Amino acid sequence: MTHHYREQIKNIASKYGNDRGYLMNIAHDIVNEFGYISDEMVSNLADVLNLPVVQVRDMISFYAFFPRKPLGKNVIRLCNAVIERMKGADEVGKAFEKALGISFGETTKDNLFTLLHTPCIGLSDQAPSALINKIPLTNLKPADVPQIISELKAGKDVSDLPQARVQLNLKKEGEVICAPLDSGTALRNALNMKPEEVIGEINKSRLRGRGGAGFPTAMKWDFCRKQKSPIRYLICNADEGEPGTFKDRVILTEYPDLVFEGMTIAGYAIGAKEGIMYLRGEYAYLLENLEKVLAKRRHLGLLGEHICGREDFNFDIRIQLGAGAYVCGEESALIESAEGKRGAPRDRPPFPVQKGYKGEPTSVNNVETLCCAARILEKGGEWFSKIGTKDSTGTKMLSVSGDCEHPGVYEVEYGITIENLLELVGAKDTQAVQVGGASGKCVAPKDFGRRISFEDLPTGGSIMIFGKNRDLLECMYQFVEFFVEESCGWCVPCRAGTTLLEKKFRQILDGKGTAQSLAELRRIAQTVKSMSRCGLGQTSANPVLTTIYDFADLYAEKIKEENGKLLTFDLQKAMKVGIEASGRTKEGVK
Amino acid sequence: MSTNVVTFTIDGVEIKSAPDKTIIQAADDAGIYIPRLCYLKDLPPGGHCRVCTVKVNGRPVNSCTYPVAEGIVVENDIEELNSFRRNIIEMLFVEGNHFCPSCEVAGKCELQALAYRLGLLTPQMPYLYAQKELDATHPDVYLDRNRCVLCGRCVRASIHLDKKNVFGFENRGINMKISVNSNDGLQDTNLSKEDKAMSVCPTGCLVVKRQGYLTPVGKRLYDKKPIGSEIETKKVKS
Ligand SMILES: Cc1cc2nc3c(=O)[nH]c(=O)nc-3n(C[C@H](O)[C@H](O)[C@H](O)COP(=O)(O)O)c2cc1C
Ligand code: SF4
Ligand code: SF4
Ligand code: SF4
Ligand code: FES
Ligand code: FES
Repeated sequence: MTHHYREQIKNIASKYGNDRGYLMNIAHDIVNEFGYISDEMVSNLADVLNLPVVQVRDMISFYAFFPRKPLGKNVIRLCNAVIERMKGADEVGKAFEKALGISFGETTKDNLFTLLHTPCIGLSDQAPSALINKIPLTNLKPADVPQIISELKAGKDVSDLPQARVQLNLKKEGEVICAPLDSGTALRNALNMKPEEVIGEINKSRLRGRGGAGFPTAMKWDFCRKQKSPIRYLICNADEGEPGTFKDRVILTEYPDLVFEGMTIAGYAIGAKEGIMYLRGEYAYLLENLEKVLAKRRHLGLLGEHICGREDFNFDIRIQLGAGAYVCGEESALIESAEGKRGAPRDRPPFPVQKGYKGEPTSVNNVETLCCAARILEKGGEWFSKIGTKDSTGTKMLSVSGDCEHPGVYEVEYGITIENLLELVGAKDTQAVQVGGASGKCVAPKDFGRRISFEDLPTGGSIMIFGKNRDLLECMYQFVEFFVEESCGWCVPCRAGTTLLEKKFRQILDGKGTAQSLAELRRIAQTVKSMSRCGLGQTSANPVLTTIYDFADLYAEKIKEENGKLLTFDLQKAMKVGIEASGRTKEGVK
Repeated sequence: MSTNVVTFTIDGVEIKSAPDKTIIQAADDAGIYIPRLCYLKDLPPGGHCRVCTVKVNGRPVNSCTYPVAEGIVVENDIEELNSFRRNIIEMLFVEGNHFCPSCEVAGKCELQALAYRLGLLTPQMPYLYAQKELDATHPDVYLDRNRCVLCGRCVRASIHLDKKNVFGFENRGINMKISVNSNDGLQDTNLSKEDKAMSVCPTGCLVVKRQGYLTPVGKRLYDKKPIGSEIETKKVKS
């Protein structure tokens, strides 16, 4: 056995030139081969790469998709995010437990199945959903489960299961992303201009980043271009991990050419020869088609050497697969990960445009941003700037899920009110709308007149709708649980703070909190928000901070306190262990 | 005006500094103490603890990584920040398992000293009572993760000062822990008790065996002066 894997690991590593920069790919290949990566394999790999074992372990142990213990032949990862649970994921989970005779986190005795939970996998519009051996299953019902298990036992391929179907669910096509594309037109237009002029066109459009922060794209490219360095990189952020976001899934499925065209234009504008698309591990099933599109573009001369016949423009793209870590959507963590390290964000400055991938100036742009850029080069910055609002030009791809009739992706003009959006998607009796995912804002009905835009309600694309009958605070609690799971652990306020927030919140939701507990909850939340190192920690208290005032009644209901006494407190129960140990009961010594 | 000097203020005091310094370095040189836990003068900054957070032009930034710049207005010793810093220290006390009265580094422990300096009384946050592993396999050294604050000083010191790679991190989030360069504990690493990494731990997590309790209570490092006074005395002198 030992010899067997030694040889294999050596082969895998040499396929990547024994370059530690490809540690993610190497680890993926090892896990694909053996199903896991043991401590011995890690030592072995460290030897082969001539690295300290502690550094390889550091990286491997970070990612959810690099198991360190053997798992079953079929690994079932059921999404248990908020929306899924609203749609019955818990019942589906119970059906799996029953059919397999194991609990979550366990493997069957015959080593055929492992049952795990996973955060949002980008299928909230067709919940409940799961990944089985990386293949997505959607719209699951408890009744489907026995059949799924028996077919898999009989050796059927996961992709042949009737549930292994992802619907596109593109519900509204707008004029920027979803318009037809003649591949190469935008790129040829760009190549007829100087790189500075391309940036000028983007500047005219007033395009801002779609990944969350809303930074002006022209400014980012200009910063990157102006760095004194012979090497620069362009990265497309396709990590799409924010709960309730799945618009990049739709773009990558339906408009991959537009994304790659945008990447190539960006590469030309900033002066990069290499582009990387960082694709979340959960989207591994999209990889095959994306590679095909890349090959086709190379064949057409739209990628590779001398693009469109231009002697002086070479640019190619590689796809880097992630491995199950939400924080890797944060641009500096993404860069660390693409370099083959743990996905720990960096302190800024320096910013990625100054010192990014491999220490070189790097522009990181969201999938949708790059699509907009391509369209701008096709139709002009002027045209783009007339769509949307003054500070938010263009359209936005929204991923809508939760309590509505038509969940799916909608390309809408910036400036749409929540009210109009709810109407569009067929939502009635809405209690609250979560704008921007777990890290975003929970919006109460009094604010439904507000607009989706950078200046009012920004969102990377996630819109989750909670109907009147939902337990809203339980939903918020599940968001906090998500952050506990996804904190990278690097800094104290987020590593410890999110867990403490979760504990305090639970105590209150269980009716064991006092007014003092609410003050404590706020104190922890404020500390996590103000002191954390990166955007993950800084927004992880939002589920609490954006509801504690607007939904104060819901919190008040949970406080069972009278005259300073906690009504839910049971003295006898609390002292049970002590009473038993001492042998004393109310009635006297036993 | 010389480009080799930048001028800015910390809590209203004018500071002059070389432009390639971080805020904490410039403050140290000027005898102004910014509380910190993971930063150490001879190591690259780690950015783990966030205790050194100050406000620059009203925005919180991390002073051990943030560069000085002409004209910035830095706020440091203000209650808003001190209470956040106290909260972080409190988080560390409930995250780990700390029993100061019986701990061999009490009195010279930076975590404990920060708690005193920042006025932390009994923690109000819920204790996590986490199970932590102890590594006593090495003949001269032990690693008691109950007291580890994951400041990463040992990791950086081993790499940058000792040119070894004895320590690293493992896992993520609340499960993150210090890991060592072997599958069999510290005994299988090339750590020696003379290593610089052995002198940087701010708490009683990474310590040399058979050295405990040698200094009597009353004579320990922080028994007489609070943490930070070694920096502040510079200011009094100049
Ligand atoms: C925790 C966290 C997760 C993020 N996830 C994503 C993501 O999945 N996709 C994305 O484009 N940006 C994400 N971002 C924002 C990126 O850091 C970065 O701002 C963005 O990719 C820049 O591209 P843009 O200018 O086109 O928006 C995330 C940020 C944080 C803090
Ligand atoms: S805020 Fe959270 S995710 Fe970000 S660096 Fe700190 S621990 Fe990591
Ligand atoms: S390491 Fe410091 S804080 Fe922890 S128990 Fe020892 S003296 Fe107390
Ligand atoms: S062992 Fe000590 S130096 Fe190392 S991370 Fe833990 S507390 Fe810091
Ligand atoms: S896929 Fe489960 S909530 Fe998004
Ligand atoms: S001292 Fe700056 S983050 Fe710890």
